[in-house]
Amino acid sequence: MSSVSTRPACKPADYKSDLKPIWCPGCGDSHVLMSFTRAFAQLGLAPEKVAVISGIGCSSRIPAYTNCYGFHGVHGRSLALAAGLKVTRPDLTVVVASGDGDGYSIGGNHFLHACRRNIDMTYVVMDNRIYGMTKGQPSPTTEPEFDTALTPGGTGVAPFHPLVVALASGANFIARCFSGEPNETADVLAEAIKHPGFSFIEILSPCVTFRPDEKEWKDQVRPAAVPATNDQGKAARRLMTDDGFNLGILYRGDRVPFQAAVAAGASDTDLSELEKDFEL
Amino acid sequence: MSKTSGNPKVSSLNDLLAVAYQIEIDAVERYNVLADQMETHNNPELVKIFRDLARAEGIHGEEIRRLAGDFDVVNHTHQIAKFGRMESPEEAELDSAHYLMTPWHALRLSLAGEKRALAYFTFIVETATDPKVKMMAAEFVEEEAEHVNLVNRLLLRYPPPGDSWAEDLDPPVSQE
Amino acid sequence: MGASPSISIAIVGSGGAGALTTVNSLLEAASAAGWHGLFTRTMGPQIRGGEAAGLLRLAVHPVECLPDQFDLIIGIDWLNAHRFGGEIKAGPQTLVVSDPRGGEPLPMVAQSGARVVEIPMKEIAKSIKDGRPNMIALGIASRLLGLSIEQVFVPIAKRLAEKGAEAIKASRDGIKAGFDAAAGIDFDAQLAAPNPSDTRRWLLSGNEATALGAIRGGVRFAAAYPITPATEILEWLAPSLAKIGGVLLQAEDELAAINMIIGSSYGGTPALTATSGPGLSLMIEALGLATAAEIPVVVVDVMRGGPSTGIPTKSEQTDLNIAIYGLHGEAPHLVLAPQSVGDCLFTTQWATYLAETLQAPTIVLSDQFMGQSRAAIERPADVAFIGARTVASNISGTYKRYALGSNGVSPMAIPGTPGCQYTADGLTHAETGTPTSGAADHLAQLDKRRDKLDHFNFGDHWASVEGTGDLALITWGSLTGAAREAAGRAAADGFDVRVIAPRLLAPVQPERLAAALEGVKRILVVEQTHSGQFHRYLRAHYDLPAPVRVFNRPGPLPITAGEIHRAITDWR
Repeated sequence: MSSVSTRPACKPADYKSDLKPIWCPGCGDSHVLMSFTRAFAQLGLAPEKVAVISGIGCSSRIPAYTNCYGFHGVHGRSLALAAGLKVTRPDLTVVVASGDGDGYSIGGNHFLHACRRNIDMTYVVMDNRIYGMTKGQPSPTTEPEFDTALTPGGTGVAPFHPLVVALASGANFIARCFSGEPNETADVLAEAIKHPGFSFIEILSPCVTFRPDEKEWKDQVRPAAVPATNDQGKAARRLMTDDGFNLGILYRGDRVPFQAAVAAGASDTDLSELEKDFEL
Repeated sequence: MSKTSGNPKVSSLNDLLAVAYQIEIDAVERYNVLADQMETHNNPELVKIFRDLARAEGIHGEEIRRLAGDFDVVNHTHQIAKFGRMESPEEAELDSAHYLMTPWHALRLSLAGEKRALAYFTFIVETATDPKVKMMAAEFVEEEAEHVNLVNRLLLRYPPPGDSWAEDLDPPVSQE
Repeated sequence: MGASPSISIAIVGSGGAGALTTVNSLLEAASAAGWHGLFTRTMGPQIRGGEAAGLLRLAVHPVECLPDQFDLIIGIDWLNAHRFGGEIKAGPQTLVVSDPRGGEPLPMVAQSGARVVEIPMKEIAKSIKDGRPNMIALGIASRLLGLSIEQVFVPIAKRLAEKGAEAIKASRDGIKAGFDAAAGIDFDAQLAAPNPSDTRRWLLSGNEATALGAIRGGVRFAAAYPITPATEILEWLAPSLAKIGGVLLQAEDELAAINMIIGSSYGGTPALTATSGPGLSLMIEALGLATAAEIPVVVVDVMRGGPSTGIPTKSEQTDLNIAIYGLHGEAPHLVLAPQSVGDCLFTTQWATYLAETLQAPTIVLSDQFMGQSRAAIERPADVAFIGARTVASNISGTYKRYALGSNGVSPMAIPGTPGCQYTADGLTHAETGTPTSGAADHLAQLDKRRDKLDHFNFGDHWASVEGTGDLALITWGSLTGAAREAAGRAAADGFDVRVIAPRLLAPVQPERLAAALEGVKRILVVEQTHSGQFHRYLRAHYDLPAPVRVFNRPGPLPITAGEIHRAITDWR
């Protein structure tokens, strides 16, 4: 459970910085920013107690557009940054933002272990099934037949199922949202933040510039037919047959979040116990 | 595919005022986001249009607060005004924006929003049981109808663009 | 022959012979009795049961390098010992005690003219209930070195305390049997009596010293990915950090480890990781991020033989290039290098202090020789270098995380502090941290990050500068001890030599080196590399005002004091 420091009702506008996003008009990430600010306002979080950590890509630009503490790190490593931060600063609410390229390709290994470690944080991947920032290469969630300059005729490689990977790796909360429903997304994000342990939300967020075909997503998404389950087996069956457009909280686990082992009554400054190791 | 099942329940005058207020401030946010986007993407004509729309919606919002009198409509908004799957009627979908969009596009976008708001308040008029709510909702229906007319009049001034309106001879730029 | 200030012994054995444990016990016993010592291990590639040799040098003064030749070599067996035979040198004065059933001694034994005495250690061990050959060897060694059975038994008893009275008795009997078997062996070398000393002494490895130095400097978070020969740093830190309210997190790879410590530091907790060459290569990108975003971290590289997987269990000084030049773009940062097992503590502590003060990543170049050697040293003094970051608070108006100012260090806001939220970024940024591609901002921030290092007064710790004379030995890291000893021998011959060993490799200190080289007529650079990395580094950044000779050799064999001394005398 995140330690939530509340204030008299904050408005979403309080969480926006003055920096104007460079996202293309029409980009789903603009809605996601809205969802972030609405979720933080809903939870009454103090902006200075929220840290938004990201990697590289269009979605990863989000930290500077918030009025929270932010870290725009290097490609694929946002979860590692966040782990070091949260474990030493459990008082902060840590939200990690990534995209399908940053999070599932170069960041794939860290994704597995972040789910496994189950440190209390929320991981948001804005999935547009493309590498947008670098002008349109396929990502691990791109359809195999999708034609690009780098992969004429398509990759021919099947996309993977990030939600299944998350479940198998131990994520404690798994959800899918659509950027075009910012209020629903804000609600799920708030739930994810409140839920202890590693919460993972995949947000389908269309890329207006390189995937204009994703305009159809708003007609393809639907609320999941069944409510969230806390049974991993059920969740696995549902997710393996999922077509990628079921929205909502799909799995809520009850793993105990990661606890760093710290000795009771530890003194920060008395090193004499440690030095005894070496004394003759 | 929109369903109204996610919409806030309006059972009192205060609920109606709160919902109406939420509709306006959501619209203000959206239009300001669009204006910012147009500013960043060097489309000054559209900046003006969206700022004007944001200002207009802001004024509507203030009117609703005045209507509410002593009642803290802002706080009540937080309690109940959460639009679900249908989304707030006046929220222009950000996804229909384009960096080369023309005034015609902006007005079409606004028109769609106003029409949805009109439909929503009409629905309230038809289904509300509280006569005060019905009456206020009917006021809002008139208000929205005026907005629809205003936008239609503006649309007369701006013709639809030609087929090549979205054509940009320069390719996208990789930034990272 | 009179008492010697230093004596060295090697014990060789394989497949469970326990040679290393035996030598370690000798070190513990001798240091408890008041001597200084340095113990190094050398092993075959197997995980268990491989050939191994414990190399020990005992002395009345601090020991920082191994001898040119060993006084005593005990071979429990010689199986596969040729693999590291080059490290164990004998001479005519050497006594070799060999088990006749342990195979042929190393060829170099016969070539050296050493005296060989046979003692059937395995057979003697068999005659004792639960007897082990290494206890026999320990008994032999103690007698010849002048230690008593009681003295060497103390560490053994401690180690076996849990195993019960029978095991303890078996060991004691074994030691005695060995002690008795060595009676009558003529061994001239005798260790001079230790100096009585009131100061507290410690027994620890370079890796342990590194870890404690970090904690003294303020580190309270470590991320860990194991790699030879650095893993012991992390393994010591794991329970130690927990005891003082800190945390160690095991990472899935070095890419995660370096980013975890950056995240911790960003949140206000000083952080460290330890690795070796291959791991440092993986961490380079994120070190650039820490430089650009001005976030302090400490990365210890316990150098090993390279390139690529190289020789993981041996020492070399070949990560100098990547440590200093490895970051893409212009990314000035700190590189420090300890000079001995004990100096690992001070240097890592100082590194932590400097990283925090200057808000920059700091690489500490230790090496396998120091990291995995164990030494008896004076208790390192407490020094005032404890990390003290300049932190932002009470900001009015817009907070500028990267504000330009007099000394280049701008106050850093710690998350949780209201009113100074900012986004740390690897993108080139303005004073506020907002990304920019403008020329003025880029230049201003490059100047800031360079100037904060270049204008800092590092004081005398930047190098050890010792001695007089017009020949200067310039070296660094673990070779410093051998250089000092070589200089001492030259001085005894009446030829004064200076020894200059930088502890601070980056940022460079040209004025200070110039002062140290005043009046020098010859410069001998000594380094454990194949290509002369250190020599090129000196040439690139410093004036070398006199003719230069370079004595460089790659690992795995350490460069001895004798070899350096020969290089000096060749140039008199």
